[in-house]
Amino acid sequence: MNFFDYENMRVIWWLLLGVLLIGFAIMDGFDLGTAILHPFVGRNDRERRITLNTVGPVWEGNQVWLILGAGAIFAAWPVIYAVAFSGFYLAMIVVLFALILRPVGFKYRSKMPGTTWRATWDWLLFVGGFVPALIFGVAVGNALLGVPFRFDDTLRMDYQGTFFGLLRPFPLLCGLVSVAMLTMHGATWLGIKAAEPVAGRARRIGVCAALATILLFVVGGFWVFRIPGYQIVGQYAHDLDSNPLGKHVAMVPGAWLTNYADQPWMLLAPVLGIAGAALAASGLARKWNGVAFIASALALVGVISTAGLSMFPFLLPSSLDPGSSLTVWDASSSHLTLIIMLIAVVVFLPIVLAYTGFVYRVLRGRVTTETVNADHSSY
Amino acid sequence: MYSDQLVELSRLQFALTAMYHFLFVPLTLGLSILLAIMESVYVMTGRAIWRAMTRYWGILFGINFALGVATGLTMEFQFGTNWAYYSQYVGDIFGVPLAIEGLMAFFLEATLVGLFFFGWDRLSKVGHLAVTWAVGIATNLSALWILIANGWMQNPVGAAFNPNSMRMELTSFRDVFFNPVAQAKFVHTVSAGYVTGAVFVMAISAYFLLRGRNVEFAKRSMAVAASFGLAASLSVVVLGDESGYTASENQKMKVAAIEAMWQTEPAPASFTAFGFPDVKNRETHMAVRVPWLLGLIATRSYDTPVPGIENLVVANQDRIRSGMLAYGALVTVRHDPDNKVARATLAAHAKDLGYGLLLKRYTARVTDATPAQIVQASWNTVPNVAALFWAFRFMVAIGLLFIVYFTYSFFSVSQHLVAGPKWFLYVSLGILPLPWISSELGWFVAENGRQPWTIDGVLPTFLSTSSISVGDVWISLIGFILFYTTLAVVEMYLMVKYIRLGPDEHVAPTRQLESVS
Repeated sequence: MNFFDYENMRVIWWLLLGVLLIGFAIMDGFDLGTAILHPFVGRNDRERRITLNTVGPVWEGNQVWLILGAGAIFAAWPVIYAVAFSGFYLAMIVVLFALILRPVGFKYRSKMPGTTWRATWDWLLFVGGFVPALIFGVAVGNALLGVPFRFDDTLRMDYQGTFFGLLRPFPLLCGLVSVAMLTMHGATWLGIKAAEPVAGRARRIGVCAALATILLFVVGGFWVFRIPGYQIVGQYAHDLDSNPLGKHVAMVPGAWLTNYADQPWMLLAPVLGIAGAALAASGLARKWNGVAFIASALALVGVISTAGLSMFPFLLPSSLDPGSSLTVWDASSSHLTLIIMLIAVVVFLPIVLAYTGFVYRVLRGRVTTETVNADHSSY
Repeated sequence: MYSDQLVELSRLQFALTAMYHFLFVPLTLGLSILLAIMESVYVMTGRAIWRAMTRYWGILFGINFALGVATGLTMEFQFGTNWAYYSQYVGDIFGVPLAIEGLMAFFLEATLVGLFFFGWDRLSKVGHLAVTWAVGIATNLSALWILIANGWMQNPVGAAFNPNSMRMELTSFRDVFFNPVAQAKFVHTVSAGYVTGAVFVMAISAYFLLRGRNVEFAKRSMAVAASFGLAASLSVVVLGDESGYTASENQKMKVAAIEAMWQTEPAPASFTAFGFPDVKNRETHMAVRVPWLLGLIATRSYDTPVPGIENLVVANQDRIRSGMLAYGALVTVRHDPDNKVARATLAAHAKDLGYGLLLKRYTARVTDATPAQIVQASWNTVPNVAALFWAFRFMVAIGLLFIVYFTYSFFSVSQHLVAGPKWFLYVSLGILPLPWISSELGWFVAENGRQPWTIDGVLPTFLSTSSISVGDVWISLIGFILFYTTLAVVEMYLMVKYIRLGPDEHVAPTRQLESVS
């Protein structure tokens, strides 16, 4: 048994997918959250420029976590990429348009003096933060419920859902969890980086967002007892060429909780989600800025891991034809591709983290009206 | 079963969004290196005007960069949203360079670009210079990985079809990386970007000189741009990516279509400098031919023939028949995975499977195609000859014009360090749109010349789409047109405003220095 055999490589890439998505949530999450808070924590142009410039120099690098996440799904889980992006077609286009508002919004807003111009971009930046946060949560909720697709013999997909079909109650709840936790996360960032009164307002909203995260996440947890989860029936080989058509899958209410019964240590994930958010709320209230940020990041780790662990080995179940569901064992790239991608990640990700750390160190310190005015590059 | 309307709308949307994205990419590629060169001079000489130049051109770079990033995201999303079957069929190979691009290049570029703008007072001179160079190099590395992905679509090496997973899978990463088509494309594309950056700096500087303002600033900018532009314009023509086209059968079809060469000519083939391709009668009227030239360009030899369109079509009929055998065997294997005979047949004909798939347009079962359908499908392998013929010639004409322009600029600017006569300044301003026109033409020639395939010889375009409704694509397409048009208006408005304001207004710390003329 080789450690880097096909089965283990699939598990490693399942873990790496989690690492990249959590990396996205922590890094890009705080600037999406900041954009959500932006119109509310700044009451005049001076204050709004403070908010903008806390994330101005770094958000672009943060967004690469999303681009890398999508690229890694494309390379390591191509069929997931194909089904999720085309199945959620209009939702993805909406996310895309919202995300496109960000580079132009940050860059162009303060290039003109007009108040209408600036107020318009302020709200467009809010949309650019709120809409992706909501829809990514809704997408996870739909993955938990199952998505209406199936494959023919040539693995061509047939998708029977609609855009409004995505907006069912449970996925909307997941969308709200996502909005609440990224708002909390953005608030902890502003608590560290922004000058008063912006930071203070952000902390107050952040406490509410953290408590909302806990409440909505717990409600979601109880809801999962009622919704049908998916289970592979019978033996299923873990090291064959990827072909999702060779299995039987049953839909059983509460099946998403069986992993926790088999492996109780997995309960650490939801506990971390709740405890992290609680600590973030308390840190925000007491102005323990660093503690609040780290606690909020841990909450994101907990919440996202909970979704991933509940579904393992499923990645994207099919409600239309459960046998077509995509799992860790039949949706991955070839063994060689997974190995090459792992080498690339092992070599480059530490380098990425190193220069990212360098950039944050160079840019350390609170953003105030003085620092904004001192630099004509400011947004 | 396959909706032509869905295919055409998806292609239209991809083409529009890709061409729009490609309005911003060449300038980013060129300006990023020009900024690094200007800042290097600043660090070496310590003269503040070079810092002011880096900062001012940096502002324009930033306005352009924002839209390049924004529209690049669309490209990544669209493979999944609109070309889902393509994504799952070749993601095993095609996804790898895209993911590595993010990891190795785009991450570096996007993380450090913030320091380029905000790090002037926080970093040492040398430290900031290192950041600027890193952004420039990362931008170019991005192009390398994207063109490795694109090169693989043109010449799919290092991969094989796997009937169990019903897709292409990677067999050699080395072959994908060192794909000659990709390497040629990389050099050609970044050179075109450098020309774009150089023309941009020349044109805006000429504008300042014509207004009689910022003379020292403009003259120095022109000196850098003229020398950089001369090297780049030579490179973009000499290292044109036609050299890579002969690497595979379908690239030969592209060359034949570009040249409107209907029959194989004895080596070395002549180059048709001008003429009117007549697609219906398969001949080119009023052709002006330059003996030997095409043979030399396309094969880098004088004794290798360049095959003509009709000869390639006939050869493709054999491949389609072989592909029918492959497809028949594949259907058997999918239902009966242990059938050794079918597996052997498939293995023997797998490289022609894509040609068999061309018949799906006419018959869902493929194996029951009539001889007439085979002939029809073989003619489908010919791209749009007239469009390619003209697009290529305009692109080359613009490329040659740039060599003349930069040769003059280089000698004029370098010998006297004066910007040249007034007519030269008007010419410099007037040619501003040309690099964008030739870049778009080049993109069109490369990608339209690949039709009817998304992956040359492997996967036909009409099979590559998502299983989505025509209505959904209409909604997104109209959305893109409205949204992108608005963004273009805002971008042009800001760009023009900041060019008019000029360096004095916006490089405040250096306002009192010698940049004021």
